[in-house]
Amino acid sequence: MFDLSTVTNWTHEQLLSVMPQWLTTTVECILVALFLLLAYSVLAMIYIMYERWVCGWIQCRRGPIRVGPWGSLQIFADVFKILSKEIITLWHTDRFLFFLAPFLVVIASVMTFACLPWGKGFQIIDFNVGAFFIIAVSSVGVLGILLAGWSSNSKYTLIGAMRSGAQMISYELSVGLSMLTMVCLAGTMSITGIVEAQQDGWLLFRGHLPALIAFIIYIIAANAENNRGPFDLPEAEHELTAGYHTEYSGIHYGLFYLAEYLNLFIVSGIAALLFLGGWMPLHIPGWDGFNTVMDYIPSTLWFLGKTFFMTFIFIWIRWSFPRVRIDQMLALEWRYLMPIGLVNLVVMALMVTKDWVF
Amino acid sequence: MADLQSRISALCEQAQIDNSGEFLLVTVDDAHWHEFARKLKEQLHFDYLTALVGVDWKDSLGVVYYLTNSDTHEIIHIKVATTNRDCPMLHSVSDIWAVANFQEREVFDFYGIIFINHPDMRRFFLRNDWVGHPLRKDYDDNPELNPVRLEDEVNEDDSCRWEEDPETGKVTKVDTKVFEDDEYVINVGPQHPSTHGVMRYRVSLDGEIVKKVDVVSGYIHRGIEKMCESLMYPQTLLYTERMDYMAAHINRHCLCMCIEKALGIEVPRRAELIRLMMDELMRISSHLLSYGCLTMDQGATTAFFYGFRERELIYDIFDRTCGARMSMSYATIGGVVADVHPDFIKDVRNACDVIEKNLKEYHQLFTGNVIARNRMIGVGLLSREQALDYAITGPSGRASGVNCDVRKTNPYSLYEEFDFEEVTRTEGDSMARYLVRMDEIVQSIKILRQACEKLEAIEGNEFCAKVPKMIKLPAGHWYQQVEASRGAFGVYLESDGDPKPFQKPYRMHFQSPCFNLIGIVDLTCRDNMIADLITITASIDFVIPDIDR
Repeated sequence: MFDLSTVTNWTHEQLLSVMPQWLTTTVECILVALFLLLAYSVLAMIYIMYERWVCGWIQCRRGPIRVGPWGSLQIFADVFKILSKEIITLWHTDRFLFFLAPFLVVIASVMTFACLPWGKGFQIIDFNVGAFFIIAVSSVGVLGILLAGWSSNSKYTLIGAMRSGAQMISYELSVGLSMLTMVCLAGTMSITGIVEAQQDGWLLFRGHLPALIAFIIYIIAANAENNRGPFDLPEAEHELTAGYHTEYSGIHYGLFYLAEYLNLFIVSGIAALLFLGGWMPLHIPGWDGFNTVMDYIPSTLWFLGKTFFMTFIFIWIRWSFPRVRIDQMLALEWRYLMPIGLVNLVVMALMVTKDWVF
Repeated sequence: MADLQSRISALCEQAQIDNSGEFLLVTVDDAHWHEFARKLKEQLHFDYLTALVGVDWKDSLGVVYYLTNSDTHEIIHIKVATTNRDCPMLHSVSDIWAVANFQEREVFDFYGIIFINHPDMRRFFLRNDWVGHPLRKDYDDNPELNPVRLEDEVNEDDSCRWEEDPETGKVTKVDTKVFEDDEYVINVGPQHPSTHGVMRYRVSLDGEIVKKVDVVSGYIHRGIEKMCESLMYPQTLLYTERMDYMAAHINRHCLCMCIEKALGIEVPRRAELIRLMMDELMRISSHLLSYGCLTMDQGATTAFFYGFRERELIYDIFDRTCGARMSMSYATIGGVVADVHPDFIKDVRNACDVIEKNLKEYHQLFTGNVIARNRMIGVGLLSREQALDYAITGPSGRASGVNCDVRKTNPYSLYEEFDFEEVTRTEGDSMARYLVRMDEIVQSIKILRQACEKLEAIEGNEFCAKVPKMIKLPAGHWYQQVEASRGAFGVYLESDGDPKPFQKPYRMHFQSPCFNLIGIVDLTCRDNMIADLITITASIDFVIPDIDR
């Protein structure tokens, strides 16, 4: 399988040959940041269109079809519109916090995004507590949402922010527990390590029942973590008009929107990483010919394919279910998901020590 | 009737009884009215206040109360009037029939009649700073008195109560507040995705729990009743479609029947059958929309599109026969304006088949969903007594076990010939209201299939009776009820028998079902969560233009 680190290493050496070490690092950082932001915004656009097409298909509609072939230019029109809209500043608000909030949400999302393994040797941050880092930085986003709701000085946004605080902090636990269950099975917290551990079979299959339980809990909790239906209570349109971002306009609103779609990519990417082998091709032990053929498919395609598949599941869930109520949502987490997740983690640990996994 | 007459006279000696009209008319003076009303409800079981109509008879101002016995479905009406035009006062019956609370506020708004002992004597539709009472015959409509006001209403929290001292009989005004100062009040509406129109609730919250809901109505009030008083009868027809636009055919049918009753016109059978079929198509379309809105208010957006997909079939039928998809203007005095499209029966049969088949899909997608069930079962309970007290009719009333289907209780048109069931449930929660609608779609399909056969069997194509060019009604008043999509819709029509060529109605009142439905918003939503407020109001299913007539 082609290792993309050869490309990055070559670039590194080329740069090093013409400039000193400190400048090389600076240039590399800038290049990486550029790539990251570019990928971030392009993916967000692709994701918005993806969701619109899938949701149109689910709802017996055609989705966007007018602008460009199959409506593919629609998103550019939307982005242009949102960029050109006035940013409305409100009276009696905490200006600093009000403007800070969308950036906090985006920063949290970009930092988590940077952890994803895009392909073999194609990763920005990779260190030995990668999974832990993901859990940590993804939690910063809730701060932005709370700030947005609080600083808008509106009753609707405040209710949205309170709901969001309760919801995201609760479901963080389940996301964390199901991630730890898989870390336990993989035996490492390093993201590359987790992917490498799936060389002979994805963790979802290797861990059988506990992994499946963790997978389902992860899907539910990630939906909630992402404020997507059926857990879109913080912005429950039909109750709170737009929840915590009711008062935002123009690109500030756009940033929330952007982060929301990128978070969808991130949770799908993490699901692909933890359960479906990340960029690792589908390998079936013993089927050498099949495995070789699978290896010819580039690793980045594997990763993106799995992520898009997971996203499809998330979109499917979102457009099929009604919304839960706040008390039902909290009861689901604290009474069911978290206890099950905890027991599941213990069972997984036992299974790993007894070597009952494949 | 004679028996009823003697029993009523036994209740109140001062009551004058007149049995010459279509319903028994009792005239009673205000001093005896409250006691008489209580006896009527408790002893003669007239527990359903069907309509409350304020009328200005020039020499006196008063109210006509239509009462129905919920067991025998007998209707009587009572006239109470006062000759004091400067400060008209009548006794409130809102403690006897809870529905009178909002109805009396409407009468106060339009006629300035103060209801003694009414708990919350505010205007209902118009702003508090409105000058005059527009439906009074001596109303001054000079625009300088009521300019378009651009500033906020002042002190919208202030309300008052006119209390009568039981011993001296002296009436004093007591100021009250709608909300206390330390309550956390949020505005749901007038611009809100889930109020289904320009409706506003002021909701007092404790965390996420709703403590009190104050309904603020009138944002799209068009004064249809006032406008009708300056139009000729055929012209008034079009306003009926602009009240509950999801029951356009049915409302129009009602007014046509009321005028036909007053004129004594016999409608051709074919026309009546076509009207009936249009009514049922309208009902299905309305229930499908209600399904869509209920699901969407709970966040299930896909189900919404499913409901709209089938509605399209019905709208195509309307389009082909009536030439319009909304506000069809199809029924007319004496029949319908044109014969049906040649493919009408085929289209109706096809729509029936498709909808029947797809209903299963709706249930699979939504009804059985665990989240939907948790959101709706046991939420927004309305008991049978409460439903009667608040005069809740239609699917919402039947979900609480009230037999209030006008098609069965007081059959009109050709409904007696049809074999269908009145769908009732006893749970009285949001789920029951939703399921009643879904089951009513099945019943409407059943009616439509029978109607198709009957229509095929009719020879000739007479679709309208001979109607005089100038419609002049004799002096008198009439009341006609139909079962609209959301409950019993009634038209009160009073004519002064004006001999001039362009006769206009003296008073036309539309008793819309949705007006009663908003009366239970506070009752059903209290102590539920704010998310339930949305589901409950969606399951009660009202159309705002029907409230703000």
